[in-house]
Amino acid sequence: MEISVRSLWTLTHGMGFGALYLLACSGALIELWRRYSPQGDVLPAARDESFMCVYLAMMAVLAWVAVLTGTYVIYPWYRAAPPPGTTDLAGFPQRLLMASPTTGAWHSIGMEWKEHVAWLVPISITMAAAVFFQYGRNLRRHAPLRSAVLCFTLVSFLAAGVAGFFGAMLVKHAPVEGGPTLHIVHGE
Amino acid sequence: MSVPASPIASAEQAAAAPPSGAGAAAILAAGIGAFSLAVFAIAGDKIAALKSFFTFSRPTGPLSGVTTCTVAAWLIAWAAFHGLWRRREIAIKPVAIAAVVLLVLSLLLTFPPIADLF
Repeated sequence: MEISVRSLWTLTHGMGFGALYLLACSGALIELWRRYSPQGDVLPAARDESFMCVYLAMMAVLAWVAVLTGTYVIYPWYRAAPPPGTTDLAGFPQRLLMASPTTGAWHSIGMEWKEHVAWLVPISITMAAAVFFQYGRNLRRHAPLRSAVLCFTLVSFLAAGVAGFFGAMLVKHAPVEGGPTLHIVHGE
Repeated sequence: MSVPASPIASAEQAAAAPPSGAGAAAILAAGIGAFSLAVFAIAGDKIAALKSFFTFSRPTGPLSGVTTCTVAAWLIAWAAFHGLWRRREIAIKPVAIAAVVLLVLSLLLTFPPIADLF
């Protein structure tokens, strides 16, 4: 059993940072909706508020690490141009997708949207975290502020979902492969 | 663990609550940052000179400049509005509506079939 370094980076980016963000985001949405509602009959305890601060900060870190690794580590491998005369495009995912009319849209729509929309995620969740640090349980008193934080968190969830979906489909049709191979387990 | 809400607790919180200006600044700046992403992405795609300008990192291409400029626009807007509003009570509702509209526009404008209309 072995894996290439580029595959490992892709896996860490998608399944590590991206999928974990999506999971965390669903929890944040429920928590912000339920506990910080102006109609709520119980006040969140100070301990819960501190936990939420750490939770949102970790989400912001996850989002930034996901987009930075995607943009500066994996994307250059994805868009690398093959040398003239190259016939095997397996190491050049973008060119491989564009070489066939049946897969071209995975790049022209999928990757083109993913590479930009993913950046809405760290901006949105960093703002949500910053607002929560500042207001905490007082968000209950600022209903429009809480609604805006919820909207931005929801859009960050949708944007991360779009990026994750297209990331998975791109890996399926034209995986980012190459680099040194890591041997995990030797077969029988 | 949660504690029951009481008028006393609410009054204490009201006294300690920070003005709405800082929150309004953060939300509006995030909306502006998000919208600037769509504007930079479309401009970088349509204008050759900007495409070249946005290539801050050759391996990543124009995406590097588009996203760096987006983050810069967002942080500058945040610092500016925070400086202006942090000690003031701002009507959050219109600011929040404007920010969410900018965010949703950005989500739509980054979708290639819509971006290609420009």
